[in-house]
Parts: sequence; C-alpha cells; structure tokens
Amino acid sequence: MTASSQAQAEGSEGRVYDIGGADWDDVVAAAQSPDFQSSDERMVVNMGPQHPSTHGVLRLILTLDGETVTELRPVIGYLHTGIEKNMEFRTWTQGVTFCARMDYLSPLFNEAAYCLAVEKLLGIQAEIPERASVLRVLLMELNRIGSHLTAIGTFGLEIGATTVFIYGMREREKTLDLLELITGLRMNNAYIRPGGVSQDLPAGAIDRLREYVRIMPGLLGEIRALFDAAPAFAARTKDVAYLDVTGCMALGVTGPILRAAGLPWDLRKSQPYCGYETYEFDVPTRTTADAYGRYIVRMDEMDQSLRIIAQCVDRLSGAAAGTQPVMIADKKIGWPARLALGPDGLGNSPDHIAHIMSQSMEALIHHFKLVTEGFRVPAGQAYVAVESPRGELGCHAVSDGGTRPYRAHFRDPSFTNLQAAAVMAEGGLVADVIVAIASIDPVLGGVDR
Amino acid sequence: MTSQGGENEQQDGAADPAAIAGRERLAEQVQRTGMFGTETTGDTSGYGGLKVRRAPLVATPRPYGSYFDELADSLAGAMDAAGASYGDAVPLVVVSSGELTLYVRREHLLSVLRQLRDHPDLSFEMCLGVSGVHYPDQAGAELHAVYHLLSITHNRRLRLEVTAPDADPHVPSVVDVYPTCDWHERETWDFFGLIFDGHPALTRIEMPDDWRGHPQRKDYPLGGIPVEYRGATIPPPDERRAYE
Repeated sequence: MTASSQAQAEGSEGRVYDIGGADWDDVVAAAQSPDFQSSDERMVVNMGPQHPSTHGVLRLILTLDGETVTELRPVIGYLHTGIEKNMEFRTWTQGVTFCARMDYLSPLFNEAAYCLAVEKLLGIQAEIPERASVLRVLLMELNRIGSHLTAIGTFGLEIGATTVFIYGMREREKTLDLLELITGLRMNNAYIRPGGVSQDLPAGAIDRLREYVRIMPGLLGEIRALFDAAPAFAARTKDVAYLDVTGCMALGVTGPILRAAGLPWDLRKSQPYCGYETYEFDVPTRTTADAYGRYIVRMDEMDQSLRIIAQCVDRLSGAAAGTQPVMIADKKIGWPARLALGPDGLGNSPDHIAHIMSQSMEALIHHFKLVTEGFRVPAGQAYVAVESPRGELGCHAVSDGGTRPYRAHFRDPSFTNLQAAAVMAEGGLVADVIVAIASIDPVLGGVDR
Repeated sequence: MTSQGGENEQQDGAADPAAIAGRERLAEQVQRTGMFGTETTGDTSGYGGLKVRRAPLVATPRPYGSYFDELADSLAGAMDAAGASYGDAVPLVVVSSGELTLYVRREHLLSVLRQLRDHPDLSFEMCLGVSGVHYPDQAGAELHAVYHLLSITHNRRLRLEVTAPDADPHVPSVVDVYPTCDWHERETWDFFGLIFDGHPALTRIEMPDDWRGHPQRKDYPLGGIPVEYRGATIPPPDERRAYE
C-alpha cells in the first residue's frame, strides 16, 4: 500500500494517517493541507510501549488537540509474568524469590510484605528476633533511598537534565554496593524470609554503613543544588500533574503523591510494623499537590531514611552483635541447618550432616520433609501492608493449610497510582505527560507482576 | 482407613464433641489429594491416596475483640437507619489473624460499601482494590472477590468477601463508590473470569486481548501454552521432548 493511498484511506475513524513504512514527506504534506488544518480532527498518538520515558514497557494512547492532551489511556500488561500464579506452585519460602522480582526497584519491600503476611498467618510475629527486625528496617530504608534516587534520576533524564540522572545513578550504586555486601545481590535479594532474614551482617558492614550515612547527605545535597531552585525545573514541574487529597482518596493513590498533596499518611507511623514505632523520623509533606512537591517529598524522605539507617546501625553495632539470632528459633520454619562456607568453597554444614546421617533418624526425616515440602501454614487469610517507596504495598496471602500459598495477591502501589495518569495529564500539554508519569514513578514490573 | 474411623466414631456416641467435629470434617469437600499436588508422574512419597479436606469456615461469636465490635455495631446501625437489614447483608463474620472479615451477599455489596464509605463512624475512605480467589471445591460459591478497605480517619482496616458461583460469575462493580477499583476489577475479570456488572469498560488488562481462559483459576494449568516467536511455534515445556 502506498503512502498516499494510506493517507487517503477513509475508515470508520475518519481519515487515518499511518506512518508505518510510508514516506514522511507525504504525511507532513497531508497534515499541512488546508482541509486538515481547518477541520477539528483529533490526533491519536501511540506512545510506547518502548518509549524511553515511560519507565519500562508502558503504552500510552494519547488523543491530542494540537499540543493539548484531551484523552490519555494507559495500556499495561506487557511485563506480566504470572508471578502470583507461579507462587501457588512453590513452597512458602520459595515464594520470596518470586515476589522479589515484581517491583524490581524495591525488592526488599515485596519480600517484607509477603513475609509479614506469612508470619501473620503462622501467628509467629512475637517470635521474630529483634535483630532480624532491625535488619529488615535497615535494608528497607537502604532500598528506599536506592528507589527514590532512580525515580529522581530518571525524572531528570526525561526532562533533559542528564547530570541529575548521572548523579542519581552514581549515588544509587553506593546503595546497591551495600545491598550486595549485606545480601549478596544488588537486586532480587531474597534476603527477608518467613521467620527472619537469611543471614547476619558480614564483617566490615557496620563501617561501610557508617561511611554511607556520613557521605550521603552531601551527595544528596548536590542533587538538591541542581534541582530545588532551578528555574527550568520549576517551570516544568510546578503546578503540573496536579492531584489533590480528594483525588488521591478516590483513586487509591498513596505514597509520596498523597503526602505531596498534604496528607501525612505513612504506614510506618500510622500502622507500624517491624518496630518502626521505636525509631525517630518525620513524615515529610508538601501541600502543592504537583510534580515539584512529589520531588521534594522524595528528597526529604531520603534524609529521613538516613536518620533511620543511623539508628539501625547503632542498634546493630551494640556489644551483643553477632551473638543474637537473625532467624526464628523454630527450626520447622527456619531452615533446618545454618550453612557455612566449606574448604571446597561450597556452602555446607558438616555438623548437621553428621547429625542427620549417623545420629538421629527422626532428624533425617524432618530434614527431608522440610526441605522437599516446606512448612505448613494454618488455613486462613491475611493482609499486610508496608510503606514502599511508591505507597501502600499490600500482600493478601491465603492458605489452605498446605505447604504452598493457595493464593498470593499483591496490591502494588504502582498499579493503583498509574490509574491517576489520565487525571493528571488530561487537559495539559503533551510535554507534561512525561512529567506526570515520572512524578507517579511507576515500576512496570510491579504494575504487571 | 477413613471409612473405618468414621464407623467407630459413630458407634462411640453422638454426644462426643470430638466425634462430631470429626464427622463434620469428613463431610467437607475434598480439596486436594496426594502430598505434592502431582497428577502426571508417580508420587513415590506413599501419600498418593491422602485426601485433604478444607477446614469449615466458622463464624466468630461476639465479642470479636479490638475495634471490631464497635465497627460491626456502627455498620448495623447505619444500615438500619437506611432501611436495610445488616443480618441479611452480612451473613457471616470471621475474625482471624487479628483481622475482621465480613462476608457480604453480592446483591447488598454496594449498599454496604456506601455506608462504610460515607457514615462518619465508619469512614472507610480508601479501597485497596479487589483480589480474586478461586475455590473449585466450594459448590455454589467457587469465586470469591475480596475487598480490603482502609479508614484513614479512624486508622482501621476491614475486609469484605463476596462470593459468586462459577455458573453465574457476576458481582456488582464498585467503581461508582471507589473509582480506584477500575483496574483492580479488570484484573480480577482477566485472571478469574468474575464479571463486574456496571463496570465502565470491563476488558482484559494484563493478558492479551485475545487470550482464552482466565489464568489464575485453579483449573487453569501453570504453563502449557505454546510460544510463538517470528512465525515459529515452540511447544510448551512439558511437551518439548520425549525420551522413549
């Protein structure tokens, strides 16, 4: 089909201009023709799913009247991987490895929400060791900084501020180095497990954490120096992508968007978990309800996260460090053996092997059952929510009394918040769509799961 | 073995509470057989004949504890004032794991939600979406829609559960009351086949538009879909090669 015949094709939608394989000059000439200019035809533009500024594989169908967006429809599902379905076919502990991959910028929050739900079903919240809870808080706050730095870095890149992107990625790398040191992996950590965490801090981690807390305020200040008072940034973000508290309530929007609209709602304060009530920190808010306010709230939250990390480090470096457990004492829920690095470089536990192979047949049976089947969780359902970098991350876990989740559903904040994109962008300029999406900070791995 | 045990219990006397509980348990639907859920390969665990029955759902008697009594009373009062019956709308109340679940009949869902959102003593401003659960063994109530509500005013949480049979998978849409449920209901339709009557555009959201079936139902297999890539079709993993 030639370009001219395409351009003249009259469909049910009116005249359709299709640039697929057509000559661009023909399209431009047709768009500039008098009968097109004088008509009130709207232009439907497809943005994505591989557009660099849509934070992953998000597709937006924009209806434009000149430069004004009259309709925005997000299309999602390009990254659906069936994680919730897969979890039903693995043990409760293996589920951690799956759900960590949903929202890949905040894996530790996914793990925490899931593990807290499993622990609630097991009724063992009171038996989680203190040190494990402190480590969970420490890792979550480190992860929050890493996630917010990505949000602000890509925000900068999408509106043309490449320096902020490089700064954000550079600082995030310091955070990921710490996550790698503590958990063994930069992302998809599978560190928080039902009953505790997988391992204690390695040697030297306390010093590295103290160094991090010391240098980060200065590095965050460099980003603030570039953005906070920059006229170009303010012009692009102030009064853009407006969503007030009423709109947030109706659309279920939580996290920095809600706090930038003025409501100091933070689950760490209002419904504390993992002992957050014992830490000193503030909930930053703004009342501008725009993209600029969301940026400021995220920057302020990183400062508060550093405060919490400093308190965690103090608690972890006490005299009793290293002697306290990081996993529940009940060996039916924790792994039957603690693995140690053997001389051959492989993880193993010679004492445990000697015990099950030559001393206790019951221990061998238990080991076999727990390793192959996993532990059982009483029938019932539980919903646990944590404050992820993007808002309320909830896990609805249903058990039928078996060794695998009957159903695990995640209420991902990105999924819910992305619904607000249309409200924020419609009626505005097409350039502000980019700002609106960036200020929502959706992670499509979490949206599509 | 189970039939023998059942006969002994019946001989022991009908008044024994343990015997009654045992009989009730045996009367429940079989929910799962075997130990590992395998059906295709031989289960060498020796538990292949094991039958797992679902624990019956027991209504929690009053007092429920925590703020749950006050919440239930407020809802009952609000519904009575509006001319509706709390007992009709909420046939079952369950408290477990420190969470309150109200089972709501689907025809009353919208009126209950309106009271929960608008009454000042309830003020559940935010709905955290709907999550589907499929129970193929619960005849007449196979599909469950589970709503989690949050009251920011009172700092409370509440769960509503609505059931629908597989033969008539309809639940009223709550988008009018909680617009946030738009995408959540589309997701639940996509994955479970629950039809939300009154939804503005109930289309698939995660799966492709032309997908057949609802993947998170229990009768839908994990995997088993041929993969198409650039004209070539690769069979599902369990059919890829056979060692014969």
